[in-house]
Amino acid sequence: MTINIGAIAPATPSVAAPAAIEAQKPKRSLGTLPVSLATIAVIITAWSLASAYGLVSPLFLPSPLVVLKAIYSVAVNGFVDSTLAEHTLASLLRIFAALAAAIVIGIPAGLAIGTSRIGKGILDPIVEFLRPLPPLAYLPLIIIWIGIGEASKITVISLAMLPPIILSTAAGVKSAPADFINAARSFGATRLQILLQVILPSTIPSILTGTRIALGAGWSTLVAAELVAASRGLGFMIQSAAQFLVTDIVIAGIIVIAAIAFLFEILARLLERWFVPWAAHR
Amino acid sequence: MSVLSLQSVSLAFPADRDISRTRLVLDGVTLHLASDEFIAVIGRSGSGKTSLLNLAAGFLKPTSGRVSVDGVDITGPAADRAVVFQDDALYPWLNARDNVAFPLKLKGVAKGARRLLADELLAKVGLENAGSKNIWELSGGMRQRVGIARALASEPRFLLLDEPLGALDALTRTRLQQFLLRVWSDSKTGALLITHSIEEAMLLATRVIVLAPNPGRIVADIPANFGRQLLSGKSLQDIKDSPEYRRLHDGLNGLIHADSEEEAA
Repeated sequence: MTINIGAIAPATPSVAAPAAIEAQKPKRSLGTLPVSLATIAVIITAWSLASAYGLVSPLFLPSPLVVLKAIYSVAVNGFVDSTLAEHTLASLLRIFAALAAAIVIGIPAGLAIGTSRIGKGILDPIVEFLRPLPPLAYLPLIIIWIGIGEASKITVISLAMLPPIILSTAAGVKSAPADFINAARSFGATRLQILLQVILPSTIPSILTGTRIALGAGWSTLVAAELVAASRGLGFMIQSAAQFLVTDIVIAGIIVIAAIAFLFEILARLLERWFVPWAAHR
Repeated sequence: MSVLSLQSVSLAFPADRDISRTRLVLDGVTLHLASDEFIAVIGRSGSGKTSLLNLAAGFLKPTSGRVSVDGVDITGPAADRAVVFQDDALYPWLNARDNVAFPLKLKGVAKGARRLLADELLAKVGLENAGSKNIWELSGGMRQRVGIARALASEPRFLLLDEPLGALDALTRTRLQQFLLRVWSDSKTGALLITHSIEEAMLLATRVIVLAPNPGRIVADIPANFGRQLLSGKSLQDIKDSPEYRRLHDGLNGLIHADSEEEAA
């Protein structure tokens, strides 16, 4: 015989301090996780079966085991003169250099759009011009302008990352409660003080969301940027492998990129919890 | 002693549908708030109570008339008129202490000094142990006390209170009314309180102003001394049972609902 305490607990009236309101948060459930894991398992099984019974030529779809071996081989022996770690590092450096540039330019630009009529007038058309453009469209032009070196790759990735950061910063400014700003004004704050001490902090959750979207845009541009005159990088690795029809390494590269993007997502959420714990309570 | 004055102030907003026409929100309001007074403004929704406070704060500019402090026209919001908001407007990225210290930071007070002052103010509002608490860990009543401490930190000459107790439950509200009364009498600032509650207005204010709607205008300006009785130790029940309290309550009730009965008739 068991007594289910868990089922009784929520019905007990709360006599705790008001701060205990937090405890009313619904318990974290597993949500969609079991279903998602099952889906992944089914896909991998189907993939294994398809290659085991020769339904698809290994040239097109090597088995999961072969791909795992490819990842191991690239990690240890390398592919096209670089190991997996070196390819990954080259790509990550480009992504982070581009992200740094996009943040340094994007946040002030977003603040300008959100707070000033003139800023919005100047920057809106530029952002709206850039936003819908596929990075591949302006990549050749960037190469004509600044050459085929590292700078052009970082520039293209950065340009792809800029619109989400600018737009989410501007949206964050708009969503800053009017009372927050009025309160500061009634305590005698200057315009600059309001911008830096009220508007900017209340925009941070929005900026972090924008950064997450920007990272996604950055990854998709990375592969394109590494098409041209790269000798290292995950995108370069995938493309060279594809030229030699080394399909297992192509798939290995795709999986590594997906895994890194997934880690970024988790990292971004952790950063959110550390930097803006209050965003969840607004 | 300072005086915050609204002189024949009118305020018009663009009409809802037709922007070429305007809607008069306040019409010829004249009001003088001395720094030892506690004025409560009551009136039905749409009588322009909050607009009146926004004009006094400098958030809005009058369409005609003057808003001045000691005879000098105000040019906008300033630290001599601190506002306490209904939705506390505390900054969630700062803890309770840093919220209280915020006006001091704006003035360039050094970090150590403003911590000290903030802790002093928190003690004054009965929250000496809540300094390092996050805003979302505080109850509604505690938040409003932090909001009041923050307003006091800017050392205003006038406290503008925009229904600060409006969103609280009845028990907390009664407690905070008496708290507010004591804070006001200690701080030697003039207070302008916007409220929906006749009782709150009567218990706190030294003058009760009644606004009538469409357009908002002052229809009564009545002195009250129940707050002083409360401060001098008379019990709340005794005050509420007194004939003079009941008479004023009935009178104000009649004034506020006067033209709503006309409409119904």
